[in-house]
Amino acid sequence: MDRKHKRCTASMMDPRVSVISGRLKGVKRVIAVSGGKGGVGKSLVASVLALILSDRQHQVGLFDADFTSPSTHVILGASKIQPLEDNGLVPCVAHGLRYMSIVAFSHDEALPLRGTDVSNVLIELFAITRWGELDFLIIDMPPGISDAALDIMRLVRRLEFIIVSTPSLLTFETVRKLVRLLADMKAPVLGVVENMKMRESTFLARQVAAMGVPYLGEIPYDPKVEDALGNVKLLRETVFARKLSEIASKLESCP
Amino acid sequence: MYMHEWALAEAVVSAVSQIAQREGLKFVSQVKIMVGELQQVELDIFEFALTQLKSGILEKAKFVLETVPARLLCRVCGKEWSFARNSLARDASEAVHFIPEAVHAYVRCPKCGSPDYEVVTGRGVWIESIKGVQHP
Repeated sequence: MDRKHKRCTASMMDPRVSVISGRLKGVKRVIAVSGGKGGVGKSLVASVLALILSDRQHQVGLFDADFTSPSTHVILGASKIQPLEDNGLVPCVAHGLRYMSIVAFSHDEALPLRGTDVSNVLIELFAITRWGELDFLIIDMPPGISDAALDIMRLVRRLEFIIVSTPSLLTFETVRKLVRLLADMKAPVLGVVENMKMRESTFLARQVAAMGVPYLGEIPYDPKVEDALGNVKLLRETVFARKLSEIASKLESCP
Repeated sequence: MYMHEWALAEAVVSAVSQIAQREGLKFVSQVKIMVGELQQVELDIFEFALTQLKSGILEKAKFVLETVPARLLCRVCGKEWSFARNSLARDASEAVHFIPEAVHAYVRCPKCGSPDYEVVTGRGVWIESIKGVQHP
């Protein structure tokens, strides 16, 4: 091979990563609904927030990125979530939302994935999903600071985070670490939502303020939510949705 | 189910263009692409998509595709086996085509029944090498 010719070994180059930013170029804002631990209501906040923003005439996508415990399809009552093939995958539409979930591929089966597998699925879905023009893409994040959460931060550089917490010290302890990590990674945090509040307390609001992060508001524990799961009409009528609607207004006004 | 090949081809063309520019190539003459058997990519359509999408620095590029057999290794009992495409129902096969990791929902270790196995080779599509001519 003469000096002008060159052979590059590119085995470390994953071709899929190079198209991810292009796939998201029509999306104005990407909001990651995250939390320090599981069970705090991330999926419910992500799903209902997406519905609220859609009700306000925004174009909204919802991506369930919690591959080991996907649940947004249950919350939305979305049974047929088969994406359309068209030079990649076009998300199906569920209650006005462009919707993507691993359930479209795993169906009713359990999908036991190791960290590397989760990374691969994330890359594949970000690389082949054609979201089109959206005002908001809401991502229901996997819990905590797992491999999957870190991968999403790596792949989608312009995430804005909403952190869901319960009033418990146990949850806040994980939130505190997540906020620090996001600060280190220079990821913008829109604020913290206090979910499932059962008694008067300013504990979380004070702690969040001390970290210099906006406290977006509180959502009381709403026993009617359980009966509304799978029925978006009933979900929209819950106290949970009403309180989240106030929080959504704050998010809309963020630059 | 073949339109997925276009999305993969688009990713390859984009990645090769980026690498070629980074490496200071004037044009790319050959790209070797490894195609994992698990993803069940239709090679004819994939190659056609690549040739349709190539332009600019890739205009003269020849694409060489090589299939890599899918081998699975059970983490529980150590059994290693080959992925058999025909063993999957149509829905499952289509799911694995889009998301190869979906195989964990449909295939179990033939020896111990575990879903906890590694795809050792032949998962998806990757770029093995790029040949081209450098700027003088």
